[in-house]
Order: sequence, then structure tokens, then C-alpha cells
Amino acid sequence: MSTRTHNQKAWWLVLPVVLLVAFNAVIPLMAVVNYSVQETFGNNEFFFEGVRWFQQVMQSARFREALQRQLLFTGIVLAIQVPLGVAIALAMPRKGIGVSICLVLMAMPLLIPYNVVGAMWNIFALPDIGLMGKGLNELGFNFNYTRQPVAAWITLVAMDVWHWTSLVVLLAYAGLSAIPDAYYQAARIDGAGRWAIFRHIQLPKLKHVLLIAVLLRFMDSFMIYTEAVVLTGGGPGNATTVLSIDLVKIALGQFDLGPAAAMSLIYFLIILLLSWLFYTVMTKDQTS
Amino acid sequence: MARIRLEQMRHSYRPQPRAEVDADWALRDLDVEWADGGAFALLGPSGCGKTTLLSLVSGLLKPTHGRVHFDDRDVTALEPGQRNIAQVFQFPVVYDTMTVFDNLAFPLRNRGLGEAEVRTRVTEIAEMLDLGAALGQRASGLTADGKQKISLGRGLVRSDVAAILFDEPLTVIDPHLKWRLRSKLKELHQRVRRTMIYVTHDQTEALTFADQVLVMLEGQVVQSGTPVELFERPAHTFVGHFIGSPGMNLLPCEIDAAGVPRFAGHAVATASRELSGARGKRTEIGVRPEFVRLAGEGIPVQIERAADSGRFHIVDARHGEHLIKLLVAEGQPVPEGQRHLAFDPQHTRVYADGWAVA
Repeated sequence: MSTRTHNQKAWWLVLPVVLLVAFNAVIPLMAVVNYSVQETFGNNEFFFEGVRWFQQVMQSARFREALQRQLLFTGIVLAIQVPLGVAIALAMPRKGIGVSICLVLMAMPLLIPYNVVGAMWNIFALPDIGLMGKGLNELGFNFNYTRQPVAAWITLVAMDVWHWTSLVVLLAYAGLSAIPDAYYQAARIDGAGRWAIFRHIQLPKLKHVLLIAVLLRFMDSFMIYTEAVVLTGGGPGNATTVLSIDLVKIALGQFDLGPAAAMSLIYFLIILLLSWLFYTVMTKDQTS
Repeated sequence: MARIRLEQMRHSYRPQPRAEVDADWALRDLDVEWADGGAFALLGPSGCGKTTLLSLVSGLLKPTHGRVHFDDRDVTALEPGQRNIAQVFQFPVVYDTMTVFDNLAFPLRNRGLGEAEVRTRVTEIAEMLDLGAALGQRASGLTADGKQKISLGRGLVRSDVAAILFDEPLTVIDPHLKWRLRSKLKELHQRVRRTMIYVTHDQTEALTFADQVLVMLEGQVVQSGTPVELFERPAHTFVGHFIGSPGMNLLPCEIDAAGVPRFAGHAVATASRELSGARGKRTEIGVRPEFVRLAGEGIPVQIERAADSGRFHIVDARHGEHLIKLLVAEGQPVPEGQRHLAFDPQHTRVYADGWAVA
């Protein structure tokens, strides 16, 4: 016979958290799942459609193209921002007044709201009045991001590099600062050159922060929306219509809730899958 | 291999040290010579400047004043890599991503040695350090003592190494492995006969490792000598107190008109002769507990307690406000009550302002 008193009052204590998680995550997500398998024509009438929207999204050229643009964009910004961020961190001073100056300068782009960044670059790159756009045209380049897909891509990538490389810099700088002096001293004594120090001391010790940096930059750049919408609106044509821009067009422009919901879920699963892949590949060494 | 000589060495971490202010200097007026192939220790409390001194030898620091010579070569301006120095740090430094073999080969490859010779040297040194079986492993997977052996090995593989410097290398080693690594070091020194300089604040490590020990205090060398000399003839009260367990007894004394040191009115026979110069300074009598014995007459004391330390009892005897420690060998009766103490004159010295009077 159990003498324990079963007290059900404890449920009331966890209720706030249950409610918070429910309203914050579970219910919205379930609403999306709900939309993704139904068709509606308004009047709050829904008809079950099964996996039709998923099939439609997966087979559509439009989704494939947006996904390709998205992968290309993320690939380019990662390939630029991670090496550039590490290089800047390596070049930053280790002590003195220069440290604070550099850190403040680096932190500044991160503190600017996304839509402001978009607007800044929109004006900055305008071919007739923008400093960059006008400057390039004065130099003889035919640069017009509102008309040329390549120019739009260059501007978009430049904006993202300007906005987010600092994050990699700050993470890498923190990682570099955590390396004990003894390693550098040992390397000097062992006669190691600059490259050997980077290759055998700094890079291995930066591995963990770089993993974080790559994951953060991957997820953020894969979900880029605000800056891109303000800068190019997905244009010219569909040239810079990445996944999130396309999703919003479908959901709020065409009001196709079912396909949009299915696409959101596929979008989410792709991010989850790729993040897992990155993480697994980059941490493989430790487990083996 | 080299004889190392430091000449008129002064070092300060401040940008503009004032010559006359001692506190501005991490090291003051050092003249040291270490013979080729010897085992030396730098012993002193934290912050006494021993690591600074080591960095000046290795070239990680450049002295504010003074020169560093290896044999007859002035190396003051040379970088650590050019000085052919090896150093083992307090915390093991290994190149994580490399295997043990690659770690040991690293200094050789950096110097452009051929792969065949690298293999021969590394295999030989790994064998010497009992790392032979681990050569193919990742260095990051080794225990702390294994990593320290790798650090040491990176110095030993280089045939041209002038000296191997150790900066408190046993700090992070488990106590039961400390002893093993310590004897390994001693054994290696006897085998390779390289100049080795060992920094520590642990007297046991210093005294067991080194032929010659430099005791440092506040940026100065207070005494340099063999372990026996440091024990039997401490040149400074700090040496007497820092080395030995328990440390030397220090009793305030006065030099009377006849030139005899007196402790609380009792004349004490000492090995110090030139006491006239000690007048007017703060004078103390220093005698190690090993050289204090119970006697029929002498300084009257009250025995307070005895602690068993294995081969000896450490006995606390009180005279007025002064406590005198003495050792009573195991098997001897432990004294009690009112007794008298006598000091061995050969091993009793007068110290004036801390320094032994000749």
C-alpha cells in the first residue's frame, strides 16, 4: 500500500509554462500544419486535401528556383563572411585603445535595424544619386541594380557582408583572445611561422566558435527577408526572390494559405536538416 | 648546448621604470652564470621574478638593461626561435590537431629537416620518453603528464638545443604522477646532459632536480648554491625560512659590548665572526630545528607540544614570547615541561637586516 499523498496541485504550477509554450510555439505551428493539408475559399470553410500542397510545392519550378537562389545566396555570403571575419579578427589589435575602437566599429552594423540597413543600401546603390551606384557609373561601370540581376545580386551580397561579417569577427576575436599566451610562446620557440601558427594553433582553437558562427550565419542568411525586400523587393523580375520573399508573396500576395503553409514546413525542414548536417560534419572529429 | 651567462640584468614591465624605485622592477641587478650541461633550479615564491628571468633566457622577453650570453655569443637581441631554446610551460602545450609524432616532429620540420632524419630523431626521443606506443595517437587525447612529455620531447628532439627551460612543469600533474615525471626528468638530464633550468616554488622539486639552486625574492637572487649549502648555510633569513620543513628558527638578538650575540640575555655561540658591522642593524639569530638540541644548561624553555612527522618529532619550545622548534629523532623520549636548549655553533648564524653575517 502506498502511503504517498498524490497531490495534483503541482499541475497548476507548471500551467504558466505550458500555456506559454502552447501559444508561442505549438498552436501557431499546428495552425500551419492544419492549413497545409486543407483548401479554403474563405467564409472559414475548409476542405481536406491531404498531401496535395506538399506535392505541388515540391514539383513546382518556382519553388525549385527560389530554393536555388537561396542556396546560392547563403553559399556566397558564408564563403565571404567566414574567411573575411576570421581575417579581420586576426588583424585586430590585442591591447590598447585600438581594441575598444575596433569593437565599437564592428558592433555598429549589428545594431542597425534590418529595414534601415535595407533602406541605406537601397539609396547607397542607386545609380543616379547613391554614393556607390553613382560612383561605379562614374568609373565607367554600367551598374543599375533595379534593372540588372547581377548588379542586384552584388548589392544584396555586399549589404549582407557589411551587415553581418561583424558577427563572425566578434566571435572569432573572442575565440582568439581565449588562446593562452603559452601556445604562441611555444610556437615561437618551435620556430613556427605565421602560417603554421594559424594552421596549427589558431584555427583548431577557433573551431568551436566558427561552428557557432557558421550555424548562425547559415540560419540567418537562409531566412533573409526584411533587408532584401526593402532593397530589391525580390527583383528585378524574380532575380533576387529568395525563399522567404516567395513565401510571403504566396501567403499574403496571392493568399494561397495551403501551398504557403506546406512551403513553410518544407522550408523549416530544409533549415533543420542543413543545420544538423553542418553540425554533424563540423563536430565529427571529436567523436571519432 | 651552452653555458648561459646573464650580465647586469634588470627588467621592468613598466614603460618608464625609475632606476631608484625597487618596486618598478621585476628583476634587479642580476649576474648569473649557468655551466654547460648542468641542472639548475630557480626557486622562490609567486611573483619573485623567476618566470620573468626564464623568459629573458628564452628570449620571450627582452631585458630593460643587461645582456644575455650563450657561451661567448651575445643573444640579447635574438628571437626565441633563433636562440635554440626549448621550453616546457606550466600548462601543457600540445598542437591539438596533430598526432604525437607530428607534435614531436614540428620543431624539426619548421627548421627544414629531411623526413628521414625527422623520423629517426622522433622515434629515438619518443622511446626515451616512453611515448613510443602513442606516436600515432592524437596528442589532445593524452593525459596531462603525457602532454608535458610531448612538450619536453619537442625540446629534446632538437640536437642543437642550447638549454631546456621548465616553468613549473608539474603544476597540473596528479600527485602520484609528479614523482614519476620528476625522476624521469632527472634520468633524462643524466642521459642527454643538456643544460636544464627549472623554475618552481616547490622546494622538494628544486632540491631533488638541481645541482645548483638559485633562491629568488622580490626580483633578486638571495642565494645560489647546492641544496646542501642552502640547507646548512642559508645566506638570508628568507632561504632559511623558505627551504627546510619546518623552516629555520629566527630569534631577535643584540650584540653586546664584547661582540657576543645575546638572545633574551643569553649569550649564544655562533659561526658569525664579523659582528662589529652588524651593530645598529636589525639582528637575529638563525638556527635550523635540526641543529637545536636539549641540554643540561642553556636557554630555558617550556615545552609546549610535539608533532609526529614520521622520522622526527617536531617539538615546540617556548621562551617568553618566542617559539623555538627542534627535532627529536624517532625512538628518543619526547620531552616535556621545563628544559634547556643549546644550539650547534657551527650551524648557528647571526643575520643583520636579513643577511647572514660572515
